[in-house]
Amino acid sequence: MNNTNLTAYEARKLLKSKEVSSAELTTKALRQITENNEKLNFAISIELDYALKMAESFDKTACKGVELNSIQGLPIAVKDNICTVFSKTTCASRMLKGYVSPYNATVIDKLSDSIITAKLNMDEFAMGSTTETSYFGAVKNPHDIEKSPGGSSGGCAAAVAVTDALMTLGSDTGGSIRLPAAHCGVVGLKPTYGSVSRYGLIAFASSLDQIGPICKSVKDTAMLYDAICGHDKRDLTSIGREYPSALKCLTGNIRGLKIGVPDEYFTSDINEDVKTAIFKTLTTLEKLGAELIPISLKHAQYALSAYYIISSAEASSNLSRFDGVRYGYRRDDNSSIEELFVNSRTEGFGDEVKRRILLGTFVLSEGYYDKYYLKAKQTAQLIKSDFQNAFSAIDVIATPVSFNTAPKLNQKRSPVSVYSEDFCTVSANLCGIPAISVPCGFDKDSMPIGIQFMADSFREDLLLNTAYAVETELNLFQWARRESYVR
Amino acid sequence: MCDNLISNIGLEVHAELSTDTKIFCSCKNEFGASPNTNVCPICLGLHGALPTLNEKTLQYAIKMGLALNCSINSRSEMARKNYFYPDLPKGYQISQAEKPICENGYLEFLSEGKVKRVNIERIHIEEDAGKLIHSEGKEQSTYIDYNRCGVPLIEIVTRPDIESPRQAKDFLETIKSILSYLEICDCKMQEGSIRCDVNVSVHKDGEPLGTRVEMKNVNSFSGVFSAIEFEQHRQFEILKAGGTISQETRRWNDAQGRSEVLRTKENANDYRYFPEPDIPPILLNYDYLNSITIDKSALPNLKAINYYLNLGLSQTDAVFIASDNELKQFFDLCNGIKQDYSNTTAKWIMTDILKHLNKNRLALSQTELTPEYLIELISLIEEGTVSSTGARKIFEAIIANDSLSPHELAEKLGLIQISDNSFLENLADDVIEKNEKSVTDYKNGKDNALGFLIGQCMKKSKGRANPALISNILISKLNK
Ligand SMILES: [Zn+2]
Repeated sequence: MNNTNLTAYEARKLLKSKEVSSAELTTKALRQITENNEKLNFAISIELDYALKMAESFDKTACKGVELNSIQGLPIAVKDNICTVFSKTTCASRMLKGYVSPYNATVIDKLSDSIITAKLNMDEFAMGSTTETSYFGAVKNPHDIEKSPGGSSGGCAAAVAVTDALMTLGSDTGGSIRLPAAHCGVVGLKPTYGSVSRYGLIAFASSLDQIGPICKSVKDTAMLYDAICGHDKRDLTSIGREYPSALKCLTGNIRGLKIGVPDEYFTSDINEDVKTAIFKTLTTLEKLGAELIPISLKHAQYALSAYYIISSAEASSNLSRFDGVRYGYRRDDNSSIEELFVNSRTEGFGDEVKRRILLGTFVLSEGYYDKYYLKAKQTAQLIKSDFQNAFSAIDVIATPVSFNTAPKLNQKRSPVSVYSEDFCTVSANLCGIPAISVPCGFDKDSMPIGIQFMADSFREDLLLNTAYAVETELNLFQWARRESYVR
Repeated sequence: MCDNLISNIGLEVHAELSTDTKIFCSCKNEFGASPNTNVCPICLGLHGALPTLNEKTLQYAIKMGLALNCSINSRSEMARKNYFYPDLPKGYQISQAEKPICENGYLEFLSEGKVKRVNIERIHIEEDAGKLIHSEGKEQSTYIDYNRCGVPLIEIVTRPDIESPRQAKDFLETIKSILSYLEICDCKMQEGSIRCDVNVSVHKDGEPLGTRVEMKNVNSFSGVFSAIEFEQHRQFEILKAGGTISQETRRWNDAQGRSEVLRTKENANDYRYFPEPDIPPILLNYDYLNSITIDKSALPNLKAINYYLNLGLSQTDAVFIASDNELKQFFDLCNGIKQDYSNTTAKWIMTDILKHLNKNRLALSQTELTPEYLIELISLIEEGTVSSTGARKIFEAIIANDSLSPHELAEKLGLIQISDNSFLENLADDVIEKNEKSVTDYKNGKDNALGFLIGQCMKKSKGRANPALISNILISKLNK
C-alpha cells in the first residue's frame, strides 16, 4: 500500500476490492498516529492492540462475505470527550485523568464495525479555541508546529491532516469542529442539533453541543455523517425523522443555488488573505451557476455574547457532577465535605474551565438570571429568526470560519480576545442549524483558510454538496496532498 | 390564637410515586434493595448519560392534579435546581420551576369540625436524591446509597392557608388518603414515601403576613404537628417580647422536639434554576389529557365531607371510613341498601368489624360479611328481634365463616327475642311472685330493685325476653 494521503473514501474502495485489508489500513494509520503524535501531541490514548485486534477480526468476517457498506473496517479516531469502554475518556482534564467509562456513547455503538484507533486531544472539557487548555499539553498545527490547530477539536483536525484514511469524530459547541478544520486544512461538519445523538458525549453546553465529523475530504465527511446520524431514543433532544444519505447527494452541481453573503461577517477585522480567498471561492461558485445574494443578519453582532452566556451557564451546571465524591480527581485531606468539593474542583479543573464555571454561575444567580441568561436566550431567538428569514429566500449562507488563520501558540491573550475567534461560528449553534468548514485557500504563510457554509436544519445535503463543489473546483485537496506535513 | 396573633402555614409535600421504574432511566424503583444495585449511568449522573422521561410519572402527577382541582398545563418544563451535596450525583436535581405540570388547585377536607379549603399553588415532578448512611462506631464514615436517586417524586405546594397544627395534620392525612386511593404512592411513612417541609409565619390580625420561616426534614405527620406548634410558640414569644422574626431555614429535630437554625437568609441557597436543556418542554395534547381520568366522586376527602355533612357521621368516623377503599365501598353499599342505618353501620364498622379485621389481620373481602348481612343484622336489632348481645354472637358466627344469613343464625343460635305479650306477662308474674323482697324494695323506692327483677326475667328466659318490653310490663305490674 503505497498511496500517500489516502482518503477514507478511497480506502473504502480498496477495501471493497480487497486490495487492502482493514489490518493494513489500521497498521498504517496507527504508525502515522504514533509517529506524528510525538511532534503534534494530538492523541491522548492510542489503542494499538485493541485497534489491531478489531481490524483483524473485521478482516476475518469480511472474508466470509460480509457486505461492505459505509465505513466498516476503516480507521477512526475520536475526540476524548466521547465515552468509550475500551479506552480512557479524559476530556483532556486532570479531573478525569485515567477515567474509563462503563458505557459507550451511541455514536461509538454505531461505529462498532469501524476501527477506533485513538482518543484525541482537545481543549479541557472542549472549552477553548486553540487546544491549548488541555491538561495533556497543547496540540500543534501540522502546517506549522509553532501554531495552534484551532480548537477545541484540535486533536481531530491535526490527526486527520497527517494520517492516511483516518476519519475523526469531534464535537462542536460554538465552532469546535469548524475552527480546527479551517486552521488545519481539512473538512469539518457541525450537523443539525438533534441529528446526531449526544448520548455519551460529555456535555459542555447541552443545548448547543453536537458531535460531527472532521475528515480529509467532503466525501469522507458525508460518509461518516451518514454513519452517525439518526434518531436515538436515549437522547430526548434527538430528532426522529428520515435521514437520507448525504453521500449520495454529492453531485457537485450547484447550478441555481442561492448563496447568501451577509455583510455582518465581512467586517474590517477580517484578515486580507482570508477575505481574498473567500471572495475568490464565491466567484468560482458563481461561475459554476450559483447566485450570490447580499443579505443582512442584523443581530449577528450579539451572537458571541449570547453564546458565551448560555454556554457558560449550562457548563457551570453540567460540570457540577465533578465534585470528587464518586470518581475523578479528589483531594483527600479535607476537614469537611465542602472542603472536599472546593479542593477537588479547584485542583481538578484548569483555569479556563473554572473561568467558565464562574461566569456561568454568575449569570444564573438570583438577580442576574433575567439580566443575562434570559436576555441571552431572547437574543438567540432573534438571531434564529434572522436566519429563518434568510433561509426563506436563499439556500446557503457563506461566511469565513474565522477572521484569521491559525494563531501562534503560547500567546498571552485576554480571554475575550480568544473568545472573539468564535464570532463566525457560534450562530449556527445558537440556531441549531448545520454548518460546514471546507478549505478554500492559503494565506501568505501557507496556512490553510476555511470557508463556512450554513444551511437550514437538516439540509446537510446542501452544505456537503456546496462544499464538494468548492473542493472539486479549487482542487485544493490535490494541491495540499503534495505538501509534506510536519515541517 | 394568643393576643390575636394569626399563623399562616404552608406545606410542601413530597410523595414518592410507586412507578415500576425510575423517572429518567429504566432502573427499578424499589425500596430496600442492597445498596447501589438499582443504578445505571443515568441515575448515577455519570457524565455523557442523558435522561429519558418515564411517562407514568406524568400520568400519576396529572391524576393528583385532577384530585386537587388543579389546571393541568399542556406545556410544562423541567428545570435544574443546582446545589452540591454528596447524595446528589449530578450536582443538580431535575425538577420543575417556572412551568410545573399542575397549578392553581385546592383541597377541601374535614378539620376541626368544619370543611377546610386549602389552595394548592402547584404540583411538580422531580427526582429523588440518594441516601447518606453514617456509620456508627469509632471511625466515622459516610456511605452513599444511590438506589433512591431518580425515584420519581411529586411535590405538592400549598398556599399559606393552613391556620393550625391540627389542620396541617388533617391536610396531610387527607393527601395521604388521596395518594393511596389513586394508587400512585405506597404511603409508607417509615420508608420515607411522604416527606414534608413546613413554612410558618405569624402576624397580628389585620396586618400583612409575617416573615416566613421554613422547616426542613419533617418526616412524620405528628412531627409536622409538633414542629408547627414549636415554631408558632417560638415566633409568638419573639413577637410578644417586641422582637422581629428573621427569615431563615430551620431543621426539625423530632427526637428533641425542637428546631434549630439550618441557614439564615444571608446564607440562603441560590439554586440557580434554569430550564433543563436535556429534556425538551413536555407537551401534552388533548387526547392524552383526556385519556387520564379519575373517579372524583370516590375521592376520600369528598366522601368524608359527604358522610359528615349529609349522613351525620362523626368527623373521625367519616374520615376513617372514607380513607379506606374497602371500608368506604362496603359502607356505601350498606348505605345503598338502607340509608336510615348509616350511623349504626358506621358504628359497626368502627368497632366490631375493625376490631375483628385488625385482630386477625384480615381484609373485609376475606370474611363472609356482606353489606346485605350487616344491614340484615342491624335490622334484627332495630326491630327488636335480637338483642345487641345476640347480634354480636351472630356477627361472630358470620365472620367465623358460617354461611347462614343473620336471621337464620339468630334462629339456629336461639337468639330471637321473645316479644310475645302473654309469655312476657306470665314471666313477669312468676318473677314477681318469687322475689317478694325485691318487690318490697322497689315499692320502698329502691330503684335498683327493678334492674334485679329484669335480670331475673332475662335469666329465666335464657336471655331471650325482649328487655324493653319486659321492663315496661314489670313497671306497670309493680305500680298497680
Ligand atoms: Zn438508573
